[in-house]
Amino acid sequence: MKYLSIAAGLFAATTAVAETPVLTVYTYDSFVSDWGPGPAVKAAFEETCGCELNLVGAGDGAALLARVKLEGARSDADVVLGLDNNLTAAAVASGLFQEHGQTVTVDVPNPFGEAGTWSDTHFLPYDWGYFAFVYDNTKLATPPASFDELAASDLKIVIQDPRSSTPGLGLLLWVKEQYGTDAPKIWEALADNIVTVTKGWSEAYGLFLEGEADMVLSYTTSPAYHIVAEEDQSKSAAAFGSHYMQVEVAGKLAATDQPELADQFLTFMTTDAFQSIIPTTNWMYPAITPAGGLPEGFAAPIAPEQARLIAPADVPAIRDEALAEWQAALSQ
Amino acid sequence: MASGPIAIKRALPGWIAAALVAAIVLGTLSAVAMRAEPGRGLGPAEWAAIRFTVSQAVLSAAFSVLLAVPVARAFARRRFAGRRLLISLLGAPFILPVIVAVMGLLAVFGRSGILNETLRFMGLPEVSIYGLHGVVLAHVFFNLPLATRLILQGWQDIPSERFRLAAQLGFTTRDIFHTLERPMLTRTLPGAAAIIFAICLSSFAVALTLGGGPHATTVELAIYQAFRFDFDLGRAALLSCVQIALVGTAAIAALKFSTRDGFGAGLDRPVQRWDAAHPLLRIIDTTAIALAALFLLLPITLVILRGAPALTSLPTSVWAAALASILIALISTVLMLALALPLAIAAGIHSARLETVGLLGIAASPLVIGTGLFIVINPIADPFALALPVTATVNAIMALPFALRILTPSVRDTHANYDRLATSLNLTGFTWLRLVLIPRIRPNLGFACGLTAAMSMGDLGVIALFADPQTATLPLQMYRLMGAYRMELASGAAVLLLGLSFGIFWLFDKGGRARADA
Repeated sequence: MKYLSIAAGLFAATTAVAETPVLTVYTYDSFVSDWGPGPAVKAAFEETCGCELNLVGAGDGAALLARVKLEGARSDADVVLGLDNNLTAAAVASGLFQEHGQTVTVDVPNPFGEAGTWSDTHFLPYDWGYFAFVYDNTKLATPPASFDELAASDLKIVIQDPRSSTPGLGLLLWVKEQYGTDAPKIWEALADNIVTVTKGWSEAYGLFLEGEADMVLSYTTSPAYHIVAEEDQSKSAAAFGSHYMQVEVAGKLAATDQPELADQFLTFMTTDAFQSIIPTTNWMYPAITPAGGLPEGFAAPIAPEQARLIAPADVPAIRDEALAEWQAALSQ
Repeated sequence: MASGPIAIKRALPGWIAAALVAAIVLGTLSAVAMRAEPGRGLGPAEWAAIRFTVSQAVLSAAFSVLLAVPVARAFARRRFAGRRLLISLLGAPFILPVIVAVMGLLAVFGRSGILNETLRFMGLPEVSIYGLHGVVLAHVFFNLPLATRLILQGWQDIPSERFRLAAQLGFTTRDIFHTLERPMLTRTLPGAAAIIFAICLSSFAVALTLGGGPHATTVELAIYQAFRFDFDLGRAALLSCVQIALVGTAAIAALKFSTRDGFGAGLDRPVQRWDAAHPLLRIIDTTAIALAALFLLLPITLVILRGAPALTSLPTSVWAAALASILIALISTVLMLALALPLAIAAGIHSARLETVGLLGIAASPLVIGTGLFIVINPIADPFALALPVTATVNAIMALPFALRILTPSVRDTHANYDRLATSLNLTGFTWLRLVLIPRIRPNLGFACGLTAAMSMGDLGVIALFADPQTATLPLQMYRLMGAYRMELASGAAVLLLGLSFGIFWLFDKGGRARADA
């Protein structure tokens, strides 16, 4: 009898859950971790949506798209959050995403059009940042201010492999965008500065913190983590004249069975409730600066005219060319 | 090789297990290939990757095995307090997650590591760990313990009566080497080298990080790129076939070289080496053990020292992940046994070729197996719900080659030495298993289980494809901590991982030796 009532209770509980609509969002691993934005975002959205938000960590940025392509139309996911500007062209080409139909005004620099406008019809931004070389300001007083200065110095750097890592790809495109046909020369000049190339960001940043290199490719916002969470002022990002951008975006899957909730989530994503969580959990600039401004310790972003970006649609072709040059220059 | 009706009957479950393993590995591979859109074939970059992969694996295997011989010989000849514990401890690098081990190595050999600090202090030029030599160094660090254990097993398989007889006949160390040790080594070394060669073939994060740049590209990295950025499943499958062909060739060659005559049966008396009392030999052995211990344990000690303070502040999610990891490790071990025992019996008494099937486990890329399983499971069931069993299964298959290398020779010897007696007593089926086989191979069984559990504990392979926040394993949780800049907590999680991997290995290994420790 006791078991029967437990079973009945369990059954009632599962049906109760089943009545609440569930919105499934695929995202990258660090987003859903206890230290990422996931838990706070889930709580905030569930307060208003009358639904359950199921955040699923599915690898990192690039693996996320591969995952959605694998699952195809059968995917449980309604929304994918965590692709970046280098992946959106491939994502749209897959035909798995549908247009969001929303208009937003954003605080993301726009090198291709009027400030504040967002022209991507399939994806909406939630945060962004600049790639930069991070260094220890107690050991390095005058950091290089350009790739040329870096190449001329005897400073040691760690970078990520563009074939396995999103920041690595960002650096590749940064050099290509800034130097064009001279990009191979820059890589050849940088070759003796590169201590090593790692599989992902974690390995590279770990090596830097261990003192294996003077600088590491990361984000201009990385020092904010050390300042805010560790009260450690010793990390800074080297200011190059211009920096390549990464814009992280989310989009709605064409095969979603919760289209209204998905729209609701994308709208929620651009509100203060979501945006104010981003800076101190994802350590990136929020796509729309929340009413309270940026937390202390966050340097104000550099001027928008210093932003570098390759139009998402052009990325796939340019990437292949730049990758071949990179491999040739560094394999000697 | 006896192949009567009993042998065939005993081999049957092994053939079934082999078919199962082949179906999973090759089935997932063809599932990936079938989903493929036409992609480009192998370009010059891929050929360069193949060349680098093979050359670093050859060097790594050669150095690991050659350096392991003096260490294994020292352990075989010496008896001292704490010997067993030291042997277990020296196994630790093999079960370390790559990222932890690399950090440990850098703490010793890196730019601000102990070695370079000392050199700087003495005014000597610094050495760089980055380059081909760094890759080989790291691979020797990972695989020296395995090589030592496999070779030491070879020494222990020589019955003590042989050494007794050798002493009675007044054999010198040299004579013993020629009549006993050299035949044993020619039997053991190719197998050990082949398995290490195969492991190093699929290395990726180590080769890249310590290789220092794109010239240190391995086939596995090419698979990774094909899958992640290009989503070119065709090329991923093609490269996987290349990988399987490479490892398969190595495996078949090694099995061909290894002769199969045993040393005959013994009475399991403790081994005494009257020849080893010479002071010079004593010094040589002590040095070999001390150097190996320093090389293997110093990096690990530094990892522990750095991470231990963070142990107490680990959040509950890390402990939950630890629990999931333990569970996966135990299920993988059971699955491994269910596959490896029948396979080892069949390979040991019926057809040695079966062992190559087991080697498929290291030949296949975890990424491709994971993807293939995903493609197969997705239409029938929710892959997320199956995260734990899938991870456990894949881990069991990955561990299978090691288990087979450990189990097969002892099964073969047991069969060769005790089969006539067992047959005359009409011991068959489970009675034979319980009374004859299991007691004879128990130490090897314990070692194989310990290795499987520990490897499964530290593995990051497939879980990343299937994980949701609730089913994170400890290594995955460690990466998440790093991704959120929590390097301190990540190093604490690394120490926990190290402790668990090592603890579970030690428990199984000790369980296997409970009786044999005479």
